[in-house]
Amino acid sequence: MATKETLLEINNLEVGFRFSDAYHNAVDDVSITLKENEILAIVGESGSGKSTLATAIIGLHDPNNTQIKGEILYKGLDLTNLNTKLYNRIRGNDIGMIFQDPLGSLNPVMPIGKQIEESLIYHTDLNEKQRRQRVLELLNQVGIPNPERIIKQYPHELSGGMRQRIVIAIALANKPPIIIADEPTTALDVTIQAQILDLMKDIQEETNSGIILITHDLGVVAETADRVAVMYAGQIVEEAPVDVLFTDPKHPYTRSLLNSIPHELEEGEDDELHVIQGTVPSLQNLPRTGDRFKDRIPWIPDEAFDENPQLEEIAPNHKVRGNSWKHFYFEGEED
Amino acid sequence: MWKTVVRRLLVMIPQIIILSMIVFTVAHFMPGDPFTGQLDPNIDPQQLDALREAAGWNDPLPIQYFRWVGNVFQGDFGKSYAQQVPVTTLIGSRAANSLRLGLVSTFFTYAIALPFGLFAGRYNESWFDRIVMVYSYVSFAIPTFVLALIMVYFFGYRLGWFPTRGSVSSSLTAGTGAYYWDMFYRLLLPGFTGGVLGTASTIQTLRNEVIDAKTQDYVRTARSKGVPEGKIYSKHIFRNAFLPIASSIGFIFSSLLNGSVFIERIFAFNGMGDLFITSITSRDYSVVITLVLLYGVIAIIGSLVSDIVLSLVDPRIRID
Amino acid sequence: MSFLELKDLKVHFPIRGGIFNTIQDWVYAVDGVDMVIEEGKTYGLVGESGSGKTTIGKAIIGLEEVTGGDVEYEGVQVTNKARSRNEQYRNYNKDIQMIFQDSTSSLNPKKRIRDIIAEPMRNYFDYTDKEEKDEVIRLLEIVGLNEDAIYRYPHEFSGGQRQRLGVARAVASNPKLIIADEPTSALDLSVQAQVLNFMKQIQKEYGLSYLFISHDLSVVKHMADDIAIMHRGRFVERGSKDKIFNNPQHIYTRRLLSAIPQIDPLNREEHKIERQKVEQEYQEQEIHYYDENGRVYDLESFDENHWVALNPNDSSSKTLVADQEKGGN
Repeated sequence: MATKETLLEINNLEVGFRFSDAYHNAVDDVSITLKENEILAIVGESGSGKSTLATAIIGLHDPNNTQIKGEILYKGLDLTNLNTKLYNRIRGNDIGMIFQDPLGSLNPVMPIGKQIEESLIYHTDLNEKQRRQRVLELLNQVGIPNPERIIKQYPHELSGGMRQRIVIAIALANKPPIIIADEPTTALDVTIQAQILDLMKDIQEETNSGIILITHDLGVVAETADRVAVMYAGQIVEEAPVDVLFTDPKHPYTRSLLNSIPHELEEGEDDELHVIQGTVPSLQNLPRTGDRFKDRIPWIPDEAFDENPQLEEIAPNHKVRGNSWKHFYFEGEED
Repeated sequence: MWKTVVRRLLVMIPQIIILSMIVFTVAHFMPGDPFTGQLDPNIDPQQLDALREAAGWNDPLPIQYFRWVGNVFQGDFGKSYAQQVPVTTLIGSRAANSLRLGLVSTFFTYAIALPFGLFAGRYNESWFDRIVMVYSYVSFAIPTFVLALIMVYFFGYRLGWFPTRGSVSSSLTAGTGAYYWDMFYRLLLPGFTGGVLGTASTIQTLRNEVIDAKTQDYVRTARSKGVPEGKIYSKHIFRNAFLPIASSIGFIFSSLLNGSVFIERIFAFNGMGDLFITSITSRDYSVVITLVLLYGVIAIIGSLVSDIVLSLVDPRIRID
Repeated sequence: MSFLELKDLKVHFPIRGGIFNTIQDWVYAVDGVDMVIEEGKTYGLVGESGSGKTTIGKAIIGLEEVTGGDVEYEGVQVTNKARSRNEQYRNYNKDIQMIFQDSTSSLNPKKRIRDIIAEPMRNYFDYTDKEEKDEVIRLLEIVGLNEDAIYRYPHEFSGGQRQRLGVARAVASNPKLIIADEPTSALDLSVQAQVLNFMKQIQKEYGLSYLFISHDLSVVKHMADDIAIMHRGRFVERGSKDKIFNNPQHIYTRRLLSAIPQIDPLNREEHKIERQKVEQEYQEQEIHYYDENGRVYDLESFDENHWVALNPNDSSSKTLVADQEKGGN
């Protein structure tokens, strides 16, 4: 197998939002790479910083109230320094984005065809006829029947699943090497979700693109991702190939999360789901030193936690933050 | 769409019948009648009674009402007692004046409000936005007659740019180019005054719609496509922010004919607002009733026009 | 012991139009549903958006006008009477409670937690002030919130806490049935676990029943004893959890089950192949499972505690099922 080219390299990224006069990092010390022809899932609960990370990559944060440190390298070019004009050349052309709510993500008063065509207008030299041709081609690719009719229709006339296919067609218009999908199936029914995920996989295989899949749904991750990064309170706490993450999770947060998935009860099994104690701290109250997950596993002795936990490789391609995992056990079951 | 139009027009019929009954009744309960204080005080009251009897005003109200309805169906809305001309003729000449003034006012309203509202929304919190907001509060708060007097004083007397009285010079022959030019020229000052007064609400609506549209997901999608900032506004944000403005067109339509008493009085402009007040004070029943009915019909048609326009500009709204 | 029964329940919404705005057509949101609710059991109601599952819950509690059929509570006709002030239906109102997906909008923001939770008690019981307060505190403790919550307002709580407050309020009138409409679908996984745990605990303590409405099959699988699968306003299949998950008969059920993402990355290719096989089968076989108007057939008993809506005149779907069973065993 040929070595995969690295598409995106993120180094020590910090994204801070301004509250009154101070900046609070919603993404803190994130380093990760995306290679071509892979699906990288970023998993986390609300407040983990996963969507902030996506927004920062595509440069859609509010520049007046956001502070970015670190690097986002795309083909050696640091995206964090780009002005809007240069970023607009990258957005839609090199990075395509798929959003969660397919109804809200489409302009309600613009015909579908025009919304897809818009991507082509600013990134290609195609004339109107060629653009129309390409739009029809894209609609075929994302499995929309009757494309000639659909291009004249408006978003509200389509079903949720169809709309999400349109959103995908928009992201794909210029065959971007990188696609970021932020909760692409959360608003959809389970059968439609399966179709959309299959579609994304097929497209990824066809185009060799790298996809960053942002989701809170571990089932979706298990079905689609190649590699997974788990985020907690702005940091990546564990990164591993998908099978390793689910069969041999290490970090206490990953293990706790996997344990709280509802499942069918085995004979004689206690029917309590695992609950992680406490709550995710708010951005302003986030501890900036020490292990951020420490407060939620109070039965683990203090000595187990590092002063400044770092993401370290514990096996090939398997990274875990800090050393607390070596001492972790679930409350009530001594290690 | 035709079904809805027909249905709405059919619903209009009972609305207008009820309105006409109410207006007719109320008008006749107003104290006094056109003869009060109009005629020579030396006339014998008995003669007045004879006049009233001849006019049919001593008949029971329902009989008067149906007689009036019968006449209306023949296109006869009665005669103005104060001016001794048919109501239709009287209203016709006034309506043309008010309509012209209304159109010029509307033009000025939008010429000012659209750029102000859109740019205040786009650059909200900027110095431009703050100036526009101050302007809109002032124009909202200033009484019509105060602004009209300021305009007359400043542009009419001090600078002498505009004539300050009348809708057209009486020395010109109707139908000539000079006549029409004079008519247009005399519309500008009162039209601008009326226009300025209407800007506040449009500016506020547009500004808020733009600020709201900026945060919508479809704008984020457009940005993620790499659409340049200018096009984000012209193709996505402004287009959506216009929707509520488009639907207010019916309201504008119905306000065009109403006229403004203050502006018409101060600029000595013979319009509908002035006519309405005059006919009420002189108890000119037939004029009052016809005007109220006319306003009612226009308001109903106006709201229908609004719905139709909205269904044309917003694909989500379909009327069938 | 059953205490609530739905008999051929129908909720139809009119579509108006034309010159006189007359009724042109109907939306058959719920179109003939039978259900028996027994004490202490949890019933899962599963379907895609628009299948009518929420409408059933609302019709039981009186938030949606029933067009046809009956709701019987302990043998008494209570159809469309849930909101009646009549003394006769008082017990019904007390005994059936509902929790919604978005508890934020169902908790009055201007009231303190104590008043929110005590409201049902004030309607149905004559507690003294002290008794009421003790009872509120007890309920808060059951859902894992402590005493000082009683003087706070809803906005001071997180989403998961508010959802637990919703549960506490629903329990306050000591109901027999709680209709839970997507109670955890807005919550994070770890918070969802907490709410589900409390719901189970309350069930053990009070012996109450749940009608658990959800599109999330894994949650329903965890919670429910019996499951009904809904499509186009009707049940396509109903039965014990075991029967539905391990021996699904209707093509729609099988398609739905095969679409659930599995946490089993090592075998995901097989899942995908299986899922696509079922999907293809659904496309080809769909016609046999619905009548000429696309309506779901009537449920018929298939096995013990297992009903399926199969075409009574067409044997092809049944044969197929029989074949598959042989293959499966």
